Amino acid sequence: MHIRPREKPFGFEKPKSPQGEIEIIEDRCKGCGFCVEYCPNDVLKISDKYNSKGYHPPEVVNEEKCCYCGFCQLICPDFAIFIVEKESEKSKKAETVESKK
Amino acid sequence: MKENQKGVLEGKYKLSGNQACAEGAISAGCRFLGYHPITPSFEIVERYAQRCGDVDGVLIQMEDEISVLAAVLGASWTGRKAITVTSGPGLSLMLEHVGLGVMLETPCVIVDVQRGGPSEGLPNSPGSGDVMQARWGSHGDYELIALSPNSPQDMFDLTIEAFNFSEKYRTPVLIMADEAVGHMTDEVVISPPELVERKYYRGPKEKYLPYKWDKDLIPPMVDIGQGYKFHVTGLTHDERGYPVMDEYCQEWNVHRLIDKIRLYSDEIVRIEEEETEDADVVVVSYGISSQDAQNAVKRAREDGIKAGSLRLVTIWPFPEKQVTELARKVKTLIVAEMNYGQIFYEVERCSRGSANTVLISRQPSQVHHHEDILEAIKKV
Amino acid sequence: MEASKTLTIEKEQRHPMDELLRMDRIPHIWCPGCGIGAAVSAFAAALEKLEFDLDKVCVVSGIGCTGRVAGYIKLDSFHTTHGRAIPFATGIKLGNPDLKVVVFSGDGDLVSIGGNHFIHAARRNIDMVVICVNNFIYAMTGGQVAPTTPIPAYTTTSPFGNFEPPSNIPRLAEAAGAVYVARWTALHLRRLTESIVEAFQRPGFSVVEVISPCSMYYSRINKLGEGIDMLRFYHDNAIIRHGEPTENLDIDYQKQIIIGRFVDRERPTFMDSYRKWLSGAESISKEKVDEKN
Repeated sequence: MHIRPREKPFGFEKPKSPQGEIEIIEDRCKGCGFCVEYCPNDVLKISDKYNSKGYHPPEVVNEEKCCYCGFCQLICPDFAIFIVEKESEKSKKAETVESKK
Repeated sequence: MKENQKGVLEGKYKLSGNQACAEGAISAGCRFLGYHPITPSFEIVERYAQRCGDVDGVLIQMEDEISVLAAVLGASWTGRKAITVTSGPGLSLMLEHVGLGVMLETPCVIVDVQRGGPSEGLPNSPGSGDVMQARWGSHGDYELIALSPNSPQDMFDLTIEAFNFSEKYRTPVLIMADEAVGHMTDEVVISPPELVERKYYRGPKEKYLPYKWDKDLIPPMVDIGQGYKFHVTGLTHDERGYPVMDEYCQEWNVHRLIDKIRLYSDEIVRIEEEETEDADVVVVSYGISSQDAQNAVKRAREDGIKAGSLRLVTIWPFPEKQVTELARKVKTLIVAEMNYGQIFYEVERCSRGSANTVLISRQPSQVHHHEDILEAIKKV
Repeated sequence: MEASKTLTIEKEQRHPMDELLRMDRIPHIWCPGCGIGAAVSAFAAALEKLEFDLDKVCVVSGIGCTGRVAGYIKLDSFHTTHGRAIPFATGIKLGNPDLKVVVFSGDGDLVSIGGNHFIHAARRNIDMVVICVNNFIYAMTGGQVAPTTPIPAYTTTSPFGNFEPPSNIPRLAEAAGAVYVARWTALHLRRLTESIVEAFQRPGFSVVEVISPCSMYYSRINKLGEGIDMLRFYHDNAIIRHGEPTENLDIDYQKQIIIGRFVDRERPTFMDSYRKWLSGAESISKEKVDEKN
């Protein structure tokens, strides 16, 4: 049976995947590179600058690609990186929930 | 944890020394016994096992003595009074954790029913060969308390005393019994004891420092699970319980661990003196030998010799003051012990040359006969 | 702790795990590229999922690099002697059965010097979770050979290569009687978190082994690169096979590592059996005491 793609009723926008904002506590970083290697969307890169201990902490290069998976936060052995859900996405979600009501 | 009085006995009972020790532990509120079977201490466990159900106690046989004392220390931190029983070879294995107990400042009682040594030695015979091991066995500098009973009633009373000391001073306490006292049967009066309870911290949780001591040098304790989220370690630590490995911390903390026993030695030391006021010769003894020493002294007095007896109830901290004072008054100190000379050297050190010191040693398995002691007194 | 600035946001930064860590001791002593921090991260994530009353969770560690975990986690924690974390934890569990006891220690601590206690606690089925971080070496003391070191790896005490066959921790745990046995690596952290959650939910002795890089000793002495290179190796060579018979789980040097959930069974715990025994024992002792010996 042929299934026709339909537009959702009530004119809602297409759902977007969650987005995160990455926060790096640079002075805790020991430059192991785990977060850079295992980010699924290559959001991070080892920077050229030094932190106070002489290591190269990561930097965010593809912010819009972060999908809030949380793996960098989980794998960092030094608890030096974590993510927060993006403010704009949060408020959009809240709007959508409100308008549904 | 408030001790549970359910099932505690009262009255006169005919008990062996080992059984009296178990009853003493139960009367003191001890509700955790960890052990590994070893001759000649297992009657304590057998008695405790029979009484376990009445008093809601926990009994566990661990795979070796090393794990026994580790388990006892762990149980003590949950608020239970905890005891273990062993003999010479077992104490040798437990020594690392004696050190851990001292460093973590964990109250617990270790009963060493001594036997002949070294190594497997004479399992079924009494001996006093562990007295120095008790004091110096674990590595590093530390002090602890060791008591020496000489009868079943004493086993009962000193077990309660040991728990009181351990809770008050937050330290492991040893009871250096021997096989003869453990297996001797006599009438024991079990009466409600006076107990010393653990000093608990009651302040705000976020301000709790595990090793911040009060004026008495003893920090208040907490139990696991009360929300204090403390950390303690066997490494040299500061008052937060965190490892700080420098000489200042060592001086600050470890010195206090020694001082908290030494400065209170007047309260801790117990001796029994008989007829020492005008004595020329005093027999110093402890454990089962003290019974014969006291008999010998009586016989000597009957024969007109001015003899006296000093029984060491507390072996560690050693009653230095009392022995030094006595050495000044008397001509000779005879030390009667069931080993080749251990406390003898302490007595000699404390007498500082004021009195002549003579050792009558009996090898383990042969309790001193009071005739031998009498002969030695007469010779002198 | 002073606030660090990032590229994106300038405010005081609080890592979600900061509440569970002793912030006055961070940064920790583990080397760059060490997997222990990742294992602690997974443990924290598991505790969050389980929503336990954190006052009732207690962590006991032995000695070694992994043994330092107790010092960084903000729960009632104990840093005890080498190899004796498990009996210490046994005492705690029996003293207060309402507590959740976790033993977080290394391979040398748990399976070498502590091997006897590991076997007996598993046999008795004491209700506790054991997280064993296996880096194939005694790292804290300087990189000596361990009973888990594969043949023919180099270490400081096997300068011509190790020749002793290594232990197989899941097999040992299963044979001794553990009810839940799993092995993951410092890379497979989401599954590790799930495994730790499951380990807590199983009543009895649960063992979770975490294969971790040791960038300072094991991988450096054997010229395997740094921590990141070891993780790449796990990525390419770790195969997930749930339920695999534990005799197939030997780890050969730089070969395939089988990970997954291997044992998940039910056995009566020590406390269940003890309580049954105690209720039966009450009536016996009453008679004896009435006889007044």
